[in-house]
Amino acid sequence: MDQKEPLVEVKNLKKHYKDSSRSLFKRNQSVVKAVDNVSFTIEEGETFGLVGESGSGKSTIGRSILRLTDITDGEILYKGKSVHQLSKQELREHRKSFQFVFQDPFSSLNPRIRIGDAIGEALLDHGLATKKEIREKVLEVLNLCGLAPYHIDRFPHEFSGGQRQRIGIARAIIMDPEFIVADEPVSGLDVSIQAQIINLFSDLQEKKQLTYLFISHDLSVVEHIATRVGVLYLGTLMELGSRDEIYENPLHPYTKSLLSAIPIPDPTVKRERIVLQGDVPNPANPPTGCKFHTRCPFAREKCKTIVPEFKEVEANHFVACHLV
Amino acid sequence: MEETTVQTEHMAKYRKSNLWKQVFRRLVKNKMAMTGLGFLIFIFVFCMIGPFFSPYANGGVDAININQPPSAEHWLGTDALGRDVLTRLMEAGRISLTVGLGAMVMSVFIGTLLGVLAGFYQGIVDQIIMRTADVLMTIPGLPLLFIMAAVMSEWKVPAENRLYIVMVMLSIVGWSGLARLVRSQILSLREREYMHATESLGLRDRRKLFVHLLPNIVPLLIVVGTLSVGGAILSESVLSYFGLGVVPPTASWGNMINAANSLIDFQNRPWLWIPPGVAIFLTVISINLLGDGLRDAIDPKMKSR
Ligand SMILES: Nc1ncnc2c1ncn2[C@@H]1O[C@H](COP(=O)(O)OP(=O)(O)OP(=O)(O)O)[C@@H](O)[C@H]1O
Ligand code: SF4
Ligand SMILES: [Mg+2]
Repeated sequence: MDQKEPLVEVKNLKKHYKDSSRSLFKRNQSVVKAVDNVSFTIEEGETFGLVGESGSGKSTIGRSILRLTDITDGEILYKGKSVHQLSKQELREHRKSFQFVFQDPFSSLNPRIRIGDAIGEALLDHGLATKKEIREKVLEVLNLCGLAPYHIDRFPHEFSGGQRQRIGIARAIIMDPEFIVADEPVSGLDVSIQAQIINLFSDLQEKKQLTYLFISHDLSVVEHIATRVGVLYLGTLMELGSRDEIYENPLHPYTKSLLSAIPIPDPTVKRERIVLQGDVPNPANPPTGCKFHTRCPFAREKCKTIVPEFKEVEANHFVACHLV
Repeated sequence: MEETTVQTEHMAKYRKSNLWKQVFRRLVKNKMAMTGLGFLIFIFVFCMIGPFFSPYANGGVDAININQPPSAEHWLGTDALGRDVLTRLMEAGRISLTVGLGAMVMSVFIGTLLGVLAGFYQGIVDQIIMRTADVLMTIPGLPLLFIMAAVMSEWKVPAENRLYIVMVMLSIVGWSGLARLVRSQILSLREREYMHATESLGLRDRRKLFVHLLPNIVPLLIVVGTLSVGGAILSESVLSYFGLGVVPPTASWGNMINAANSLIDFQNRPWLWIPPGVAIFLTVISINLLGDGLRDAIDPKMKSR
């Protein structure tokens, strides 16, 4: 491995939400550990796929990395600089180089703002271009993102979900960022459109040398774009490895179960089918020991009490499970 | 190329106005709101332009013709000083409408400013503003107005400037409700993903406020603003009726009704107090009809509430 510094380094990230539902008489404070001691790195030029069920803390991690939310503990380094210790001015500078693509293509655009203005306003606000230059740049990114020039003066409600997601991507791309967090960018879209949007992400990555953190609740979505994949369960990483390792040699029972739910088009490939019992436990009251033990078909006695270590089982392949 | 950009720009203008055009079309279809609007236009023209056509303008006192019932010369009779009631009604309307509109503009301005600050900056700013609003809202409006009016009447403000004092008082009492509405609207808008997007793009607060948040609360301001004019006119009337608002010789609808205070006037000279009463009633009803119509036209979903 080369010794290049990673672009993003997440170190022991913790994010707790205090849910203080105080009534007049009782005060029950429950703490949701949305992200519980997560560490990983994102190398320049790669696509890191972050996968987990709803509520597992994927968005929280993505938002923490871009400092769209405060963190409880840990550290996030972007090119070696601690993101959560930047001054307001430094942060505004950094905002140019990392961008966020949102999940909901409908609420991520202001209904009262024309898309040309929505895409161009960050350039204007950061004083990076004149109005005339902005119009040209907007037309350029519209084209890059598969939209037509005449779309520039339209309002969001005149677009389909897929087109709106392209607009969201254009808005991020126009800043010429290095790093993009895409938070479930296709989960609100029809299956037929999903592939187009994922292809757009791939194309842009090639043209602009982008690095992605690509979030999804579906392993099959990430398969085609990720170079490495992290599997999250109730705020904790269960498995982390290269794309090939995760899809061909999954080691954690949770990863296996997620994979076995994906239909395989090739009938010669056999995969053991693991059906999970029960629901995701309440994140305010997670299971002790291995968080997965309530649903794991292989759970042992010690899984209930001892937290498994997140260890490097093979080169660059990490797993948190007592069986591995 | 030139031509196409001109064309797209034209299309854009058309679309932008389209949103408001839809509102307008829905409003026009609403018969009650249109009736209200019609009355308001009538009352406005009546009060603002009417006095120019009156031979009795500027409060001409006529000692010979006091307390005359309606006649061909004085359509609504004369008052205790022999002034023409119709003319006075129009002049009073100018004052009452001005106070209503002025108080509305001021309280919308204060309410919006404080509501936006509270919702946007939260924390201690929010606490101070909202606790103040809470206090104002727990004290019933009229007694508070009476107390303020009593204090301010000590200041010996000339009669013709009293209406400005009344405007200020009404807006001090009136901003808190709007501030709450604006604040809660801002709080809910903040959670939209497009507001998170402004954060992730590193936009300045100024742009977030003026480009993204304020335009989204304009419909709310229009509706609440319209409705609050009615309330302000009513409060002004009550204050003036009790001699705490606009005071004679400046006429307002409220202090004209004061005539009903005396038993003789009340029983024998109804032309003194019925016209201003009807004027207040019609104006306030019309404003409410228009306000409700505007609310329905701007956001049809709000109708059920
Ligand atoms: N602002 C908040 N206040 C309190 N709890 C929150 C907040 N945001 C998230 N949470 C909790 O943190 C946990 C993780 O949320 P997060 O949105 O990161 O999950 P996710 O993996 O992105 O889920 P989804 O697939 O539904 O988007 C959830 O249990 C959620 O209820
Ligand atoms: S540690 Fe135990 S419960 Fe957790 S995944 Fe491994 S076997 Fe299952
Ligand atoms: Mg999410």
